[in-house]
Amino acid sequence: MTERAVLPEIDAAQTADLIVAFIRSQLEQTGFQRVVLGLSGGVDSATVAFLCARAAGAEQLLAVRMPYRTSSPESEADALRVVEALGCRTELVEITPMVEPMLGLIGPRDDVSLRLRRGNIMARQRMIVLYDRSASFGALVAGTSNKTEALLGYGTLYGDMAAAFAPIGDLYKSQLRDVALFLGVPPEIVAKPPSAELWPGQTDEDELGATYADLDRSLYALVDRRWTLARATAAGLDRDLLEWVARRVAVMEYKRQTPPVAKVSLRTPGIDHLYPRRRPGSRRES
Amino acid sequence: MEYRVALAQVAPRLGDLDANRQLVADRLRSAATEGAELIVFPELALTGYLLQDLVPDVAMRADDDRLLSLSLEAPGALVAVGFVEETDAHRYTNSVVLLRDGEILGLHRKVYLPTYGLFDEGRFTRAGDRIRTVEVGEPLQRIGLSVCEDFWHPSVPMLQAQDGASLLVNVAAGPARASGSAAGLAAIGGWHRMQETYALLGTVAIAFCNRVGNEEGLTFWGGSRLLGPDGSTIAEAPLYEEALLVGVLQPDDLRMQRYNLPLLADERLELVRRELDRIIGERAGLPLPEDAE
Repeated sequence: MTERAVLPEIDAAQTADLIVAFIRSQLEQTGFQRVVLGLSGGVDSATVAFLCARAAGAEQLLAVRMPYRTSSPESEADALRVVEALGCRTELVEITPMVEPMLGLIGPRDDVSLRLRRGNIMARQRMIVLYDRSASFGALVAGTSNKTEALLGYGTLYGDMAAAFAPIGDLYKSQLRDVALFLGVPPEIVAKPPSAELWPGQTDEDELGATYADLDRSLYALVDRRWTLARATAAGLDRDLLEWVARRVAVMEYKRQTPPVAKVSLRTPGIDHLYPRRRPGSRRES
Repeated sequence: MEYRVALAQVAPRLGDLDANRQLVADRLRSAATEGAELIVFPELALTGYLLQDLVPDVAMRADDDRLLSLSLEAPGALVAVGFVEETDAHRYTNSVVLLRDGEILGLHRKVYLPTYGLFDEGRFTRAGDRIRTVEVGEPLQRIGLSVCEDFWHPSVPMLQAQDGASLLVNVAAGPARASGSAAGLAAIGGWHRMQETYALLGTVAIAFCNRVGNEEGLTFWGGSRLLGPDGSTIAEAPLYEEALLVGVLQPDDLRMQRYNLPLLADERLELVRRELDRIIGERAGLPLPEDAE
């Protein structure tokens, strides 16, 4: 029988339980009771909102909606449906009046990269808002990046990738949809085409040049199973896509790690000064 | 005659000796109330698992009173508890000690430190170099202690069975992969098949105590189990939740199982040793003995 490349199904209920316990443990070990996150109306942040509400209680969750002028009204409506379903706290912070003056000041010099630069500035403005609310609301920032994005580096360093913990960081996009439906995320949010909404009509799959189903199957074969390109191709995956994915995972390694430190001293953070993040004495005194 | 075993499936706090001593003391009192004669705690129950450079901060000698005094919470019972040991020569090991009434009956230092994949133990602790059994008196006579990864090497349980153990106690800190996923099933399924096989082939009872709780990104899966000497499950704790599992061993089962299935007695240890000596010699490039084929 010929081997086929498939992404295995996960048990949504047990996966949700495991992640809820993880979030509780992060809060307990850091001395926080509250969580803040950016809620876009997409499936990733909706799923994380549902998980955090389960873990901490809806009243301890602040979902910040941060649209830009190109964001669609449908996304805002979807975000509000999540808030309504959960009964969590929410807040609207428009980022257009923050992004526009910045773009005006550090200006478009070359139009080729403007779209990318604007996307990064938007993501980092949202990060600034979330970390400000982290301080004012006394909450940990929950990350909303998934495994597909992390491996492909499809995110902004110190922007949407900045977080205190990453609940769905080990779930591929295709897998987390099952978890989302199990948790009760509205099915229309789960079904709609994912978009970073950096410009009107943009979708992730157009920009990445492949469907999440194909990307996830390719990543699972190459990363989780460590298959060779030859074996993955024989199992039904597209050779060109596999090569693109493999190269992209390698190029984006830097986004998944802390910066290398030039070792000079006896003990160096990250090299031979190694501690768990949460330990006695690391708890916040409230 | 029945023998009551308690498996304390707890979630220790990482690096917090005082909190974990209270946790262990509390479970010892509960288990004593339930009439347990042997009370088992998970690997590194006194310290937590992902210690990294906290190792020297939480390490203690095996005869440290903070450890010995714990067993006084359950008078007369055997108590197995995991901790970071610092030897007189300042060697740091992942150890499990067997105590009774403030005295050390036995000690095992983890022989196999997983340092691959998600594990990095060999970076922070050193390996033990003894695989022994502990004399505990009637009715069990001898117990074999081991720590987690030691059980992934069949030589450890099989040596202990040959050395007279009627019960193998394995203490663990097993991290889950998403249950229901291929990796999750492989991890828990592997443990189950292995325990049942060792019990059956070693004609020996098995007490497996695995921790629960979260450290960093890891979730420990629990599922502590007590198995009879035919590989059957006597008692099993839930996944992911704290529990105090109490199960009953029937020492008579061991007697009849070893009459029905005399595998241990039939084992040809001299033959095993000869072949092991040959394999070790060949790997080292030593000349073969005269009579080798």
